[in-house]
Amino acid sequence: MLAELRNRLRAESCEEHLLQLFERIEKSELNGFTTLARESALEGARQFDKNPGKGLLAGVPIAIKECISTKGIETNCSSRILRGYIPPYDAHVIERLKAEGAIIMGKTNMDEFAMGTSTETSCFGPTRNPWDKEYVPGGSSGGSAAVVAGGEAPCALGSDTGGSVRCPASFCGIVGLKPTYGLVSRYGLVAYANSLEQIGPLTHTVEDTALLMDVISGHDRRDSTSAEGERHSYLPGLHDGVAGLKIGIPREYFGEGVNKDVEKAVWDGIHTLDALGATWQEVSLPHTRYALAAYYVIAMSEASSNLARFDGLRYGLREGEDKDWHTTFSAIRAQGFGPEVKRRIILGTYALSAGYYGRYYLKALKVRTLIKEDFLRAFKDVDILASPTMPIPAFKIGERINDPLSLYMADVFTVPINLAGVPAISVPCGFSGRLPIGLQLMGPHFGESKVLRASAAFETATAFHEAKPEVI
Amino acid sequence: MEDVIIGLEVHVQLNRLKSKMFCGCSTAYHNSPPNSHTCPVCLGLPGSLPVINKKAVEYGIKVGLALNCKIEEETFFYRKNYYYPDLPKGFQISQYDYPLATNGHIMILGDDGAERNIRINRAHMEEDPGRLVHAGTIDKAKYTMVDYNRCGMPLLEVVTEPDLTSPKEARAFLDKLKSILEYLDVFDGSLEGSMRVDANISLKGGDRSEVKNISGFKGVEKALSYEITRQKNLKRRNIKVVQETRHFDEIRNVTVSIRSKVGAHDYRYFPEADLAVLRIASWVPAIKSTLPELPDAKRERFVAQYSLADDHAKSLTSEIKLANFYETVAKTASPKLAAVWIADVLKGELNYRDLSIESFRAEHMTEIVQMLDNSQITEDGAVQIIRALLDKKGDSTSKIVTALGLGKAEDDAVQKAVQEAVAESAAAVADYRAGSERALNFIVGMVMKKTRGKADAGEVHRLVKAEVERV
Repeated sequence: MLAELRNRLRAESCEEHLLQLFERIEKSELNGFTTLARESALEGARQFDKNPGKGLLAGVPIAIKECISTKGIETNCSSRILRGYIPPYDAHVIERLKAEGAIIMGKTNMDEFAMGTSTETSCFGPTRNPWDKEYVPGGSSGGSAAVVAGGEAPCALGSDTGGSVRCPASFCGIVGLKPTYGLVSRYGLVAYANSLEQIGPLTHTVEDTALLMDVISGHDRRDSTSAEGERHSYLPGLHDGVAGLKIGIPREYFGEGVNKDVEKAVWDGIHTLDALGATWQEVSLPHTRYALAAYYVIAMSEASSNLARFDGLRYGLREGEDKDWHTTFSAIRAQGFGPEVKRRIILGTYALSAGYYGRYYLKALKVRTLIKEDFLRAFKDVDILASPTMPIPAFKIGERINDPLSLYMADVFTVPINLAGVPAISVPCGFSGRLPIGLQLMGPHFGESKVLRASAAFETATAFHEAKPEVI
Repeated sequence: MEDVIIGLEVHVQLNRLKSKMFCGCSTAYHNSPPNSHTCPVCLGLPGSLPVINKKAVEYGIKVGLALNCKIEEETFFYRKNYYYPDLPKGFQISQYDYPLATNGHIMILGDDGAERNIRINRAHMEEDPGRLVHAGTIDKAKYTMVDYNRCGMPLLEVVTEPDLTSPKEARAFLDKLKSILEYLDVFDGSLEGSMRVDANISLKGGDRSEVKNISGFKGVEKALSYEITRQKNLKRRNIKVVQETRHFDEIRNVTVSIRSKVGAHDYRYFPEADLAVLRIASWVPAIKSTLPELPDAKRERFVAQYSLADDHAKSLTSEIKLANFYETVAKTASPKLAAVWIADVLKGELNYRDLSIESFRAEHMTEIVQMLDNSQITEDGAVQIIRALLDKKGDSTSKIVTALGLGKAEDDAVQKAVQEAVAESAAAVADYRAGSERALNFIVGMVMKKTRGKADAGEVHRLVKAEVERV
């Protein structure tokens, strides 16, 4: 789709195309965009119309999650505490997008500091699911998923700390990839839990995701966790099919707690891949049941430290009269953070405190190692793993927001992937009523090619990605 | 005398590095406008990430080796979490378990004049916070400004065991540490704030107080002396010393209690996942091979090679620049004479003017020592030449000699003056003959007056005596 769009824009007018998108966004009820970079985007479009250039994404508009630093465009993580912060620098991925000619449309709504599964904890209010406006789009990259699914942007970037790209991709019926930890530079990604998260694409098709990965992946010396090595292209061989591919079905990812429609759609998907020449076998990831606990301890601990810099002294919220240091920064943080962020900072601070560190943080790190070993063991026998992305389809706005534990539980199949650092994708594989369902395919470290190839084969054999919500 | 126990934490800026600890910002921020040496990384802007300055770690290892430390197999960074306006990330990237270097020691001269071994607990790397500028004193300021230029400067924290027993020993330790750091060429002590000291001090059996962030070695001595007095007074009145953090007020020369940054000092250390583990064991051999001759070794060599007195050798090797200066002079002038004149005279004259050795040229010193050695000038003349050069009253030794008439008087002139003086001092000659050796001094004085000080007093004494005996 993006390749076609790129070619079509050459023949038509990019400026015209963008104006239509902006008009659509202004009328939209989705609340997917938070900030529109109208002027700079239109300027970019006019330049493209004059001289399209050869970039991989020349003229292609893209929406960017609020937590990715964009020079000159407010970056606030959908949090009051960062309102008004206009970064003086671009994230690595933004530099890459610009270098390939992409046009930054604006920023998209998210759970405050990426802490959530529903995009309801945003200071801008919830984003709505294009398939049913009463429902959440998933989270935390809900804005990015909703604007792509809702036809307001052809593609978007999100970030995935514990499922934040895959969950909204699943709930909104689009493709979303969480790359291997270290494959995409995190330079410029505002940290929530820095040992877990990666930036990833949200697109209509697998090929589009591969194309975006070609642009944003690769070594960056400004991120010490960025993997070294040559830049890789995911497009060649993308459509080579799945003949002989061995798929593992982790038994812990099915059964209790999984919605019947979801389970059926996912098994149908596995059978589709089987029919295309892949084989499947059951495997076990025995430590899965400890993943959620370990994930939340690690993520909250890191968050408590990562979010310490927001004190209003240098940027962001600065309200009321300045008093002494402790009073002033405490007041700013009290006003600036929402309840979910406060909950995680407090829990994380507790977990790192003297006397509790060993009991919580250190233990969580040990569990993390066991979970990673589960995956390494499984990938000795199979090429990829398949499971539901989410155990449930999207839920109603407001339905779970006062029950954080049930929201945390929804991440049960996505967080182990972040703990292990492996790649995983969510591709549309069916519907529960009007609401989309996602199939999660997981690969070994740096096994994106395998995952994308299986996803492309599945997509070619099915029509779920072609379904459009009524809003379009 | 009550037993005093002192341990030091010395924060050393590795300011000979070109760039900061985790970003590419220049370290040459002194004399720059506030907040002009910053970038997204050292300002901790949202989304920025640190990248280790490998050279800084190499420098750290170098210091560790020079302090006779064990260098760890691998080392990594932790986050030290606390809220303070000079800390833009809300945490400091520091080290905790597995610091760069552990279990070292250096020798200092103890109060009793004997060499003492001071153990080094550890040396670890961290980033410097920014600098707070208070509008007034720390406890009464109406507002405070922050300058982040210093933020991210590579810092090495050297922690001693509580082996020091007096403020003077603390000073001796700091002098020695500074000397070693400058020998290694990793540190320039002349820059403001380049070395800051936290001192833990207690009387035996009592609780300790920590005086934080003292700059200047004199400050450390004064702060510790004040603390000893304060703690002794409390003890005398049967009041318990509270374990607390204190600030040294340089103007009033007292320490004051300050509120601790975090109530219970729980910094919630945990590993910094944005940085990789460094396997440094393999770096050590290459770094070891670059270690220069250190002060103690140089001192021993000076004693052996130049036959110097130990205190001269010690004085000359206390600073690498001074040691190099000496060796340049000793190449072409008498090493023993050069040592005396540099260590005893030149150093004093420099110190009097608050100047460093760089203010004096080695060629000048060489010429002066050579002239002394050849008896072309007197000792008094040599001092006058040194002063004239330092006070910029000339820039050539020979011109100064001429201008001030410091050339030693010709032998004939001296001989003539001696004969005249003896002839004019019948009374003194009579006293001498009556057994008063001291009577000669009167005649020597007359000769010196006649030759306007250009004659060598010892030589004159010898000539006068001979003349008196002859006539």
